[in-house]
Amino acid sequence: MDRTADERVRTAGPAPAGLDTPPANRISHPVRPGRWLAAGVVAFVLVWLGWSVAVNPNLHWDIVVDYQFDRVILDGLWVTIQLTVASMLIGVVLGVVVALMQVSDSRILRTGATAYVWFFRGTPLLVQLIFWFNIALIFPEIGLGVPFDGPKLVTWETNALVTGFVAALLGLSINEGAYMSEIVRAGLRAVDPGQQEAAAALGMSRAKIMRRVVLPQAMRIIVPPTGNQFISMLKTTSLVSVIAGADLLTVAQRLYLTNFEVIALLIVASIWYLVLTTVASIGQYFLERRFSRGFGTTVPGTLRGRIGRNLRFTGSAR
Amino acid sequence: MTAPMVRCRQVRKSFGRLEVLRGIDLVIERGQVVCVVGPSGSGKSTLLRCLNHLEEPQAGRIHVDGELIGYEERGGRLRPLPDARLRRQRESIGMVFQRFHLFPHRTALENVMEGLVAVKGVRVADARKRAGDLLDRVGLADRAHHYPAQLSGGQQQRVAIARSLAMSPKLMLFDEPTSALDPELVGEVLEVMKDLAASGMTMIVVTHEMGFAREVGDHLVFMDDGLIIEEGPPREVLAAPAHERTRAFLSKVL
Ligand SMILES: Nc1ncnc2c1ncn2[C@@H]1O[C@H](COP(=O)(O)OP(=O)(O)OP(=O)(O)O)[C@@H](O)[C@H]1O
Ligand SMILES: [Mg+2]
Repeated sequence: MDRTADERVRTAGPAPAGLDTPPANRISHPVRPGRWLAAGVVAFVLVWLGWSVAVNPNLHWDIVVDYQFDRVILDGLWVTIQLTVASMLIGVVLGVVVALMQVSDSRILRTGATAYVWFFRGTPLLVQLIFWFNIALIFPEIGLGVPFDGPKLVTWETNALVTGFVAALLGLSINEGAYMSEIVRAGLRAVDPGQQEAAAALGMSRAKIMRRVVLPQAMRIIVPPTGNQFISMLKTTSLVSVIAGADLLTVAQRLYLTNFEVIALLIVASIWYLVLTTVASIGQYFLERRFSRGFGTTVPGTLRGRIGRNLRFTGSAR
Repeated sequence: MTAPMVRCRQVRKSFGRLEVLRGIDLVIERGQVVCVVGPSGSGKSTLLRCLNHLEEPQAGRIHVDGELIGYEERGGRLRPLPDARLRRQRESIGMVFQRFHLFPHRTALENVMEGLVAVKGVRVADARKRAGDLLDRVGLADRAHHYPAQLSGGQQQRVAIARSLAMSPKLMLFDEPTSALDPELVGEVLEVMKDLAASGMTMIVVTHEMGFAREVGDHLVFMDDGLIIEEGPPREVLAAPAHERTRAFLSKVL
């Protein structure tokens, strides 16, 4: 249990000693037939659905079981995890940098940041992914050297450099950076300007004020939506199947193109996605608890409620 | 004779077209407690914020302990001080705010340690010891591990005072330190400030507590509309204000 909540209970304290404990309130709750009826309908539908899924011969549960831990599927799962973690990490770093640019005193930095966010939030991620995958059509070679067509030290074939995985990583992380910067910026804005003044009055440098005073407080605002972004990213990675990203969905598709077990393999993939998002939700719960230190009331609900909420179909709006 | 602790000469500050300070002259000797009073919007906070350069005055000079604040003079021209040197100046000037501005993600003890660790580079163990002593001094040793949200306003303000004192300042600025407090909590904060004054600290206190000004203050400054229009020993100014506007203001707050 959260420390501050405990504290409050304690200070509210038991009734002063010496008084008789009052008799327990006897409250008769009204019967609500509507609610019972609704619960009955829902229960019936659930059972019926479960039954038809279980006995449906088209679902090939035996195939699902066969493939759940298939080598190829596990490789795809691993790629999905790598893609999610890497693009979230890069996205968060990008987001922080861009958010700091947006609140900086330099107009050029602010304009650059705004343009970045405008572009990458304004175009569909799917388009961006295909674009990165085909980047060789614009820049057949990538080199290091003097800008503006000056001499190059080294050059690479773009096609060799930008594999499906690299294109996926570029697309996902750069796009994520744009969303993260908005989240970080909202967090920074939520910190009372008096905090910076108090820190400055102590003689702290701007960098230290950011790192020790502003960001830790902004984290409380930043962490919950970032957790949501992470969970959403787990699912969004499936988009890279269009550029042969070798992720979970890609390998599932590859398998069912040869054995035609479309539904069974989609179920295999879905089960893994559910496992990943559930695990991530649990992590999110503990992270949020860690970052709400010192802020009284912000206990992030129960763990079970949190998992349920995260698994709601939000259909990432990108 | 050493330089006075604070010397302001013709300090001016505007926000856009609004002139907030219109030529402030003020001298404060070492160990003096100066109370600043005046109506809302007269520029009291802005003056304090100029003293540690949270605001940049547009004209005039401010010297604290003989050192020009926020600028260096080279070849007859003023240049902004490099950041590192401005920070050193701020380090030696404590500031206490009306709304405390404690760091909410740190406990009372960590708040007091913060400047020691992050600015002075004191080792954590030593900082903890020193912060503990300071909390003891403001009467909050038993609240060391509480977060600000778990403290009363008066307790928070006392932690804020301890946080400033941790930097061993030579000058303390108080901007209405008791104005955000419930009446019954004002006394505990004033008591700490009184002890501090008795220890010889030079203090500038913006306040509406005329009792404190009379009892603890060595000097009273009355500001109106960006100017100091009257100053002197608190008892004299309060008993017989010379200026019409001082009289009008005092009749409202007393
Ligand atoms: N950052 C700012 N930008 C624009 N105007 C400002 C700013 N800070 C202060 N002012 C204005 O300057 C004037 C003086 O403000 P200041 O806070 O110094 O007054 P004060 O004497 O401390 O008043 P109070 O007793 O209400 O605290 C006010 O009219 C205020 O609106
Ligand atoms: Mg003020």
